[in-house]
Amino acid sequence: MASAPTTTTPPAEPPVKQSKRAAKKAAREESGAWYPRWYWPSLASPSALWLAIFFILPLYVVVSVAFGTSDPIFGAPLPVYEPWYWSGSSFQQVIKRFVGPASFWQPSLIRTLVFVAIASLICVVVGFLVAYYVARYGGKRKTLYLVLLVAPFWISYLMRIFAWQSLLQPNGYVNDFLRIIHVAPTPIDWLSGKPVTVILSLVYGYIPYMILPIYGGIDRMNVSWLEASKDLGANPFRTFFRVTIPVSKQAILAGAVIVSLPMFGDYYTNNLMGSSRTSMYGNLIDKTITQQGQGPRAGSLVLILMVLLLIPMLYYLRSTRRAAEGVE
Amino acid sequence: MSEVAIGRPAPAPSGDRLTRWLKSPWRKPVGLAAFTWAYLAWSILPVLVAIAFSFNAGRSRSTWQGFSFRWWWQDPTDSLFHDPALRSAITQSLKLSIVTMLIAVPLGTLFAIAIDRWHTKPARFANFGMLFSFVLPEIILGVALYLLFTNLLRSLVPLGTGAQLLGLITFQLSYPVIIVRARLLTIGGFYEEAAMDLGARPRQAITRVLLPLLYPAIFASFAIVFADTIDDFVTVNYLSSTLATQPLSVKIYSAARASPTPAVNAAATFMLITTFVAIGIAIMMYRWFTRGQRSGGSSVTEFVQL
Repeated sequence: MASAPTTTTPPAEPPVKQSKRAAKKAAREESGAWYPRWYWPSLASPSALWLAIFFILPLYVVVSVAFGTSDPIFGAPLPVYEPWYWSGSSFQQVIKRFVGPASFWQPSLIRTLVFVAIASLICVVVGFLVAYYVARYGGKRKTLYLVLLVAPFWISYLMRIFAWQSLLQPNGYVNDFLRIIHVAPTPIDWLSGKPVTVILSLVYGYIPYMILPIYGGIDRMNVSWLEASKDLGANPFRTFFRVTIPVSKQAILAGAVIVSLPMFGDYYTNNLMGSSRTSMYGNLIDKTITQQGQGPRAGSLVLILMVLLLIPMLYYLRSTRRAAEGVE
Repeated sequence: MSEVAIGRPAPAPSGDRLTRWLKSPWRKPVGLAAFTWAYLAWSILPVLVAIAFSFNAGRSRSTWQGFSFRWWWQDPTDSLFHDPALRSAITQSLKLSIVTMLIAVPLGTLFAIAIDRWHTKPARFANFGMLFSFVLPEIILGVALYLLFTNLLRSLVPLGTGAQLLGLITFQLSYPVIIVRARLLTIGGFYEEAAMDLGARPRQAITRVLLPLLYPAIFASFAIVFADTIDDFVTVNYLSSTLATQPLSVKIYSAARASPTPAVNAAATFMLITTFVAIGIAIMMYRWFTRGQRSGGSSVTEFVQL
């Protein structure tokens, strides 16, 4: 900070005094002198009850459907709510479609893993470069940059994908452009199930969620650390890999998780930009859920996805909680 | 600025200026700047093209055929404001967003205040559940709610507007919680304590001191929930029953898979305008309620960083 603040800021309180006050406050809160015992629970209970009915209960219904059967005549799922009557036959069938000799769903699973890995990696690299530039060199234009970076948040995902779908039509502007610069004399059919199209669409759709956390991470970084590293003789590359990356690692990982989680369940991007040749895990769920007699399988698919994503989800929650505590 | 002047070597009579400029540690990272602007163009231009094509005179959404308001209102059957299916979709979108916003934000705000002050095991557990609903991919919650409303609660809540509202509120509940809690962290407990030292009862301290301090966060939540709900597509799609309960987003999705006309562009643009109006109102509210507290810097930046 070069310019001295003109306003008089109160001097920082010595840490001893602060911790004493915090301890006092905690003691007061525990004794409940300020608020009646029932006060906070009563404020929290409407939402907690809501979550119990419309969040926990549906997840239990998914398990009950996955381990239930379906009506032999009408095909409607017959969920079994008592765990001791659960049957794993549908679940086993689903597993057999992923591994084993008749694993005709396996390509979708592998494709999903590969697509999400590549798309997340592109998101990390591109997101990091853009966030790094805006955080360190944004200068006076920082507000403008931030508004432009946040704008995609407020534009519906569907509209953004739809915009690309129009541009990538055989007679669309992308093919026009490629023809003019003599890269592709004949129009390329981008929407016929090309992995490139689907991966780039995923990047396009989710990268805004990546840039803001990384931006926050880099923005908090102390510039004097970089100067210190330079003063101590490190070249720019060394500084980057030994200071910048370790400092923003947490934000990068959190961003990678937050973009990859929705990608795993994405089915609409492929439905609009790809074909059955690029179908992903989300497409399996979306297809089976509407088919007659496939209820237990759809439930099993959702259950498997949830179990697979449990670790990244918990990781993300833990890292954000840590970040919040760090700020406190 | 002085360090730049000292650090830059004195201009030598001979020597390659380009190499020196490239090696200079103080030069602006031109490549990075170009990359950032290319990224911004890539992220925003397609949407602007899509908006422009809502004014296309012809049926194509990829070849420009002249300017007209045909797909907004001039066409008596297929334009956004005359096609009965699109009109009902607009009403449905607005209805769902407004009701979701009015229920989710108060519920979430109360929850945030309670969790912030009530440090016990059940509170931590409830908070964990809330954050879990935030990170869970929408398809999982959407399918789970679909299975709930078609099996366990089949006779209580049929698919349709009611089910869509319940699903949307569940999905949106975590936004106000996260935003309000962030604001509570910066406020701290001192204002309330001061109010109570001055004789306010606990409830007065909340309603007359804490709540006004939270207004910025609450208005931000209203805007974010409204905008996110109007764009929502997965949950409402699974929980819609008839064509009449499909909001604009679902119509856009099904049209995009079939043979869309620029009326779809007009519908998407309409959604975009509604969202930006909501955000604009929220930023204005935010400015109004934080007018005495800003330390400098633009309110837009602060709002964006929420």
